[in-house]
Amino acid sequence: MENFILSGALNQINGRKDSMLEIKDLHAGFEGTEIVKGISLTVNKGEIHAIMGPNGSGKSTLSKILAGHPAYEAMGGTVTFMGKDLLELSPDQRALEGIFLGFQYPVEVPGVNNAEFLRMAYNAKMARQGKEELDPLDFDDILDEKMKLVGMDSKYKDRSLNEGFSGGEKKKNEILQMAVLQPKLAILDETDSGLDIDALRVVANGVNKLINQDNAIILITHYQRLLEYVKPHYVHVLSKGEIVKSGDKSLALDLEAQGYDWLTPVPK
Amino acid sequence: MKTNTVPKPSVSEVLENKDDYKYGFTTDIESDVFLKGLDENVIRAISQKKNEPPFMLEFRLKAYRKWLTMKEPAWPNVKYPPIDYQNISYYAAPKARKKLESLDEVDPEILKTFEKLGIPLEEQKRLSNVAVDAVFDSVSVATTHKKKLMEHGIIFCPISEAVQEYPELVEEYLGTVVPVGDNFFAALNSAVFTDGSFVYIPPDTVSPMELSTYFRINTEETGQFERTLIICAENSYVSYLEGCTAPRFDTNQLHAAVVELVTLDNAEIKYSTVQNWYAGDKETGKGGIYNFVTKRGKCLGKDSKISWTQVETGSAITWKYPSCILMGDNSSGEFYSVALTNGHMQADTGTKMIHIGRNTRSSIISKGISADYSSNSYRGLVKVNKSAANARNYTQCDSMLVGEKCSAHTFPYIESANSTAQLEHEASTSKISEEQLFYLESRGISRENAITAVINGFCKEVFKQLPMEFAVEAQKLLALKLEDSVG
Ligand SMILES: Nc1ncnc2c1ncn2[C@@H]1O[C@H](COP(=O)(O)OP(=O)(O)OP(=O)(O)O)[C@@H](O)[C@H]1O
Ligand SMILES: [Mg+2]
Repeated sequence: MENFILSGALNQINGRKDSMLEIKDLHAGFEGTEIVKGISLTVNKGEIHAIMGPNGSGKSTLSKILAGHPAYEAMGGTVTFMGKDLLELSPDQRALEGIFLGFQYPVEVPGVNNAEFLRMAYNAKMARQGKEELDPLDFDDILDEKMKLVGMDSKYKDRSLNEGFSGGEKKKNEILQMAVLQPKLAILDETDSGLDIDALRVVANGVNKLINQDNAIILITHYQRLLEYVKPHYVHVLSKGEIVKSGDKSLALDLEAQGYDWLTPVPK
Repeated sequence: MKTNTVPKPSVSEVLENKDDYKYGFTTDIESDVFLKGLDENVIRAISQKKNEPPFMLEFRLKAYRKWLTMKEPAWPNVKYPPIDYQNISYYAAPKARKKLESLDEVDPEILKTFEKLGIPLEEQKRLSNVAVDAVFDSVSVATTHKKKLMEHGIIFCPISEAVQEYPELVEEYLGTVVPVGDNFFAALNSAVFTDGSFVYIPPDTVSPMELSTYFRINTEETGQFERTLIICAENSYVSYLEGCTAPRFDTNQLHAAVVELVTLDNAEIKYSTVQNWYAGDKETGKGGIYNFVTKRGKCLGKDSKISWTQVETGSAITWKYPSCILMGDNSSGEFYSVALTNGHMQADTGTKMIHIGRNTRSSIISKGISADYSSNSYRGLVKVNKSAANARNYTQCDSMLVGEKCSAHTFPYIESANSTAQLEHEASTSKISEEQLFYLESRGISRENAITAVINGFCKEVFKQLPMEFAVEAQKLLALKLEDSVG
């Protein structure tokens, strides 16, 4: 059992914490092809984990499996989130449990008003918590505040969801959604890619505002850059569907300097 | 300024419909039903029952004789067994109907039916901002707010009544937009129509409320052949809504309506339909309404405008092309359509824009959604006559497929005889996107609501044309119809 919880081992050094997400020996893929090949990872409350790794190593696949994308299937292993079997839940239920996926490629939904979409999502959460749903006027106040926080112009409220948004605008819109929904666990899949310096700072800011003792974040990234603003507790390297190395943030620096080659698993 | 509201209950009622067709009940009342079959005697009998002036009988007989020489159209992209026109009863009316002085005289069972459908007709309950003409089988049973409208000089009454009270108006306009021999079903309608609504808006008048007609087929094996005529005089405006339901029968029922609209100089008619006739059994395809309808508007005056908005969600077969004849210079026509087919439904629908006057403009926005085993065709004609200098048309035609076994087709026809015409056509076909649905669901939005949002987004340009509450409810109606299909 001890080999799978690398970060868990590190936790023990830091003292006992509440576990939020526990992935055990997860195998998953797409149309019968295994892409994620036995990943184990524990994320505790208050932690920031960075996942790095070469293109095509399975990072997005892992994030989609966690969010419940219907095209991907879990082929073995377990995922527990806040004590619940995550793989049993539909995507919307997972979101309502507190999981948020920042998409690597946010989807355009023509004709769906951005503000209205955000309100729908917000109200779904309110309904789940037995709280009162907000009408457009009341929600607008919340939205204005959050948009300011992520530095988004209010004109994006009345645009169709992501339609015609630039790459960077889409990423900011993901952070806006995260800020509105305040998830327990945010999985940000390359949210830093395609951002200019200012936007990167905004994203980092959003992440730092979200993180507290009750939340956790998984950052999937290719760049050390983001990690200068957001300090991860752990860095994992994913290669060919496996976590081949875990360490602290200095690992990210090593990777930046040396690339991934030295970590690629030796063929058996 | 031209915003209006619509009977909320009516539509929420429509909504509860879900997969199980909620309007599938019949009302148990004594009806006066003609024996099945059609000949000149039947037509004379209808005319007599309705106490019509001679010109009407002439009109009917001329249409009937024409009809006998005509063939049922075979070109629509729909399939159905031959209809036996002698096996239909051409007249069904709630019994003992004198000229009703007040609603108290309407059979309480009928009032109850409409109330169940969400259209309360009684004085205390009825909707304050919408005038309703309720048509039950072949006759109009009640029209609300007549008095108030009359104060503005607006005539809103059953067409059977108009034939008697305003024969000059009826004679002047009836059959001028859809001639008796226009097509097979229009000819049949002209011969045998029994009721429908009549509207006349006098010059310089904006109707103070929405006018609406609610159609209900009740008796099995009767056809419904209603006839609507709307005339909007100079500088006037009216917005008109039409809703329809029918009981669930295993047999198919024929609904062959004719709607004629006329606008004089600078007048505007906005005509909106939410059609939810019984579509037949979802699994077997048995039963349902054959909706073979001729709707056409004539922009007779200059600067006039006719706008059709339709949300078609029911009927086993739909064959319907609300059209505009743009005669007046600078007149314009619009067609906004959402057609949803599911189960075994077949729809062949679209429009015709005939440009005759100079600087005439038309736009066509069509959104077809097909699910299950259904077939959904858009058929549109844009015709520019030689006289129509600087005519412009914009056509956009999008189809969305939900599932693997349905189909979508587009048949755009363009005939232009004037080189100054500018015609644009755009078309697309796509599948409902799992990626979009997943994106929304991953934010905690339920699958149903995600579907609603995506479909609503797809249809947005059309829904935008509907009065607000109607639009909201129409969106939900689509979502409910699709719930099972997206899985
Ligand atoms: N829907 C799919 N269809 C076909 N192949 C897929 C699909 N999803 C993932 N794959 C394959 O699985 C592998 C892992 O893809 P994934 O997107 O998870 O990589 P990634 O680590 O996120 O890469 P990147 O850094 O480029 O974003 C790739 O080889 C990819 O082509
Ligand atoms: Mg990726």
